[in-house]
Amino acid sequence: MNPQHKTGDVILAAENISLSFGGVKALTDISLDVREHELLSIIGPNGAGKSSMLNVINGVYHPQQGQVTWRGKPRGAIHPHEAARMGIARTFQNIALFKGMSVLDNIMTGRNLKMHANFLQQALWWGRAQREEMAQREKVEQIIDFLEIQAIRKTPVGRLPYGLQKRVELARAIAAEPTLLLLDEPMAGMNVEEKQDMCRFILDINDAFGTTIVLIEHDMGVVMDISDRVIVLDYGKKIGDGTPHDVRNNPDVIAAYLGTRH
Amino acid sequence: MDWLFFTEVLVGGLLAGVMYSLVALGFVLIYKASGVFNFAQGAMVLFAALTFVSIQAMGVPFWLTFFITLVIMVALGLAIERVVLRPMVNQPPISLFMATIGLAFFLEGLAQMLWGADVHGLNLGFNDEPFDVGGVFISSFDVFAAAICAVLVGSLALFFNKTRLGRALRAVADDHQAAMSVGIPLKQIWAIVWGVAGFVALVCGLLWGSRLGVQFALTLVVLKALPVLILGGFTSVPGAIIGGLIIGAGEKLAEVYLGPILSGGIENWFPYVLALLFLLVRPEGLFGEKHIERV
Amino acid sequence: MFYREAGQFKTSYAADSAILPIRQDRIFIIALLLFAFVAVPGLASDYLLSGILIPFLVLSLAALGLNLLTGYAGQLSLGSAAFMAVGAYATYNFMLRVPGMPLLLALVLGGLSAALVGVLFGLPSLRIKGFYLAVATLAAQFLVEWVFTKFPWFSNDSSSGVISSPVLSVFGITLDTPAEKYLLTLAIVALMALAAKNMVRSSLGRAWMAIRDMDVAAEVIGIRMLRTKLLAFAISSFYCGVAGALYAFVFLGTVDAQAFDLNRSFQILFMIIIGGVGSILGAFLGAAFIVLLPVLLNLAGQLLHGAVSSQFMSNLEMMIFGALIIFFLAVEPLGLARLWQISKEKLRLWPFPH
Repeated sequence: MNPQHKTGDVILAAENISLSFGGVKALTDISLDVREHELLSIIGPNGAGKSSMLNVINGVYHPQQGQVTWRGKPRGAIHPHEAARMGIARTFQNIALFKGMSVLDNIMTGRNLKMHANFLQQALWWGRAQREEMAQREKVEQIIDFLEIQAIRKTPVGRLPYGLQKRVELARAIAAEPTLLLLDEPMAGMNVEEKQDMCRFILDINDAFGTTIVLIEHDMGVVMDISDRVIVLDYGKKIGDGTPHDVRNNPDVIAAYLGTRH
Repeated sequence: MDWLFFTEVLVGGLLAGVMYSLVALGFVLIYKASGVFNFAQGAMVLFAALTFVSIQAMGVPFWLTFFITLVIMVALGLAIERVVLRPMVNQPPISLFMATIGLAFFLEGLAQMLWGADVHGLNLGFNDEPFDVGGVFISSFDVFAAAICAVLVGSLALFFNKTRLGRALRAVADDHQAAMSVGIPLKQIWAIVWGVAGFVALVCGLLWGSRLGVQFALTLVVLKALPVLILGGFTSVPGAIIGGLIIGAGEKLAEVYLGPILSGGIENWFPYVLALLFLLVRPEGLFGEKHIERV
Repeated sequence: MFYREAGQFKTSYAADSAILPIRQDRIFIIALLLFAFVAVPGLASDYLLSGILIPFLVLSLAALGLNLLTGYAGQLSLGSAAFMAVGAYATYNFMLRVPGMPLLLALVLGGLSAALVGVLFGLPSLRIKGFYLAVATLAAQFLVEWVFTKFPWFSNDSSSGVISSPVLSVFGITLDTPAEKYLLTLAIVALMALAAKNMVRSSLGRAWMAIRDMDVAAEVIGIRMLRTKLLAFAISSFYCGVAGALYAFVFLGTVDAQAFDLNRSFQILFMIIIGGVGSILGAFLGAAFIVLLPVLLNLAGQLLHGAVSSQFMSNLEMMIFGALIIFFLAVEPLGLARLWQISKEKLRLWPFPH
């Protein structure tokens, strides 16, 4: 990994974000930026505000203060579907697959934004609707090959084991060909082998498609190995930001993790 | 505008609203404790009222009839919990709701099969003579019903807040699994709630039955209670009361002042439209809490 | 051993995503359609056609409409009958007030009117969900019933509020025998069922199911809640509207608000619960079941020679419906369609156990 060579301009900047629910502060005055093509990890103890930060980035939560800038333009309060249109995709901490649908259909929904046939054409299964369906099916099959889930494509996702569900969720997110991919604990609850597979996929996505990735992960070994940069949150505040090496030696971070202060 | 007449309509509406609150209360009770929106509440009211008048018609004295019916209703509540809800414990709430629609049909069929479909009068031994308060005539039956309702709400509030069982109920409502993990026996709690719901249905059935006559139309009181629930929120006892008063008053005022303009018959839909408009402004209802979606 | 797909290889994605990818299914459905279109009109008695097959087809169409909204898009509606009523009254008025209006065009316009009303009552779905929405759709039920009973304009100022349907004719052919009416209904229902199947297997259907299964994730993927939900309400109501018009014109022969009351809405809902929520086939199976059960019960009652009263039978019917709803929701939430699928899977292996 050589971040100097691959990292580009800042594509997303969050400035002085504060978010609270009722009286509970989830995020306090957090600023961070995400540079194109980098693999950025956000770490921190449980309840540090990591998932809330992702929710702010893709418009699920709207912060009371601060603003998010996308490619240099302030974004305002947007809906998640608008974030998707900007090229932001994500996976969730608790798997958020569409349980009643097959693996194939789940991944196909990831490509809904690329499909423009209207409902009448779809009802007649005619012209543009049919062409699009076939073209997108081909793209989805490429993703299925890439993530090595050929054998389960027709299986309802509800019947899959946990590790595979996580992989299908990743497939659905990258089906949208995002510029920025947010991954919320993609390796939680996995065994070593599954984690290795998942790491390989994440690095491949980052390398092969140049996708910018923001990753939340608890496994420090993994984070320190694959990240270009690491941001540390604690109690809704940012306490560290830098290369894995810098962060590992940051006294505030050590304190937060080992509990020498507080 | 005739203010005296307006007041009379308003008071009549508020008192009728108390009757709606009473039905809504049955819903809130079950929803709070088990997360089930029990559409069969109306059928339970019919079942209770029909059972009561049929037993009374055999010459059984009032209090004994009341007691027998109560036992039957509590048994019915327990049976519903055991046969319908326990097998569906992990289903989404909307499936449970649809199951209670099925339950409503079943109970309506059963009640009429057991006791017949004739209209029965029901006399609680109470003369409904209006009395005069400063020129405004008020139905004494309505006041009596309001008093019963107040007693019921008061005792339920005490039960929920002051007793060990009530606290357990609230814990169950909040989070089934967490409640189980601290050793609250879920099944017993649900059985008790459905038993209590049977009791509330009986009280409703007696009051509404003596107002409307005991007949199939009693099941329709459930349709009157739904807008109340939307307005007050499914989990709030005060919401059910205030919601009932608003719907009762709104409905009567609309019927008197708006009805003639719209050629009448608006009482079926007006409460719904009122509740719906309110909901668009405040989706969480009067007393509901704003729900934060976690992802 | 007759139902085996060995040797059937798909060589294109088009073949793999066909409606019926297995050859035996294709043969079966073609045979069924041929039978329904060619043999049934000649063989079936008038009673069977007008008393059973026509209501079965029409109610299947309504159930199909509700299944798109509730089974696929996950928005529970208790107001299907209201949208049926709008379709029926609108079609009637288009035919009455526009000279030379062809029946098929009036049906489409009636469906579109229902779609418009559906969108109006679908608007709250953007802010409210679940029971709250279900209760909101009751507002549609009561409001629509009231409008059609209170404003005589809709029923051409007829004193009873009940109007008899006009003469039905399609492409210059007057339809007056039950067989002709049956064929018209069958053709419309078959086409609309095909269209529904196509919608649910393309991006629109996936967007609906995504919203049903997990709305936040659906939005994050780029699905627009407003558009997708309202489209579900519109299309579902269109189906219900056409079904309502057919129910009034072809089945009842009158247009009457009483035919579209709350119990009709529940009846349609029961069809999809018993037949299968989120299944096109389920709408037909459910409708067949609910149309046939009272007929069978009636027959059983006649066999008992008046030992039981009709009152008893109608109460028994209510109890059976109620019990079945609970049974299916508790034991087989995907209904008869799922049972059908399971038996097909068994058949694939037959005569071997595995």
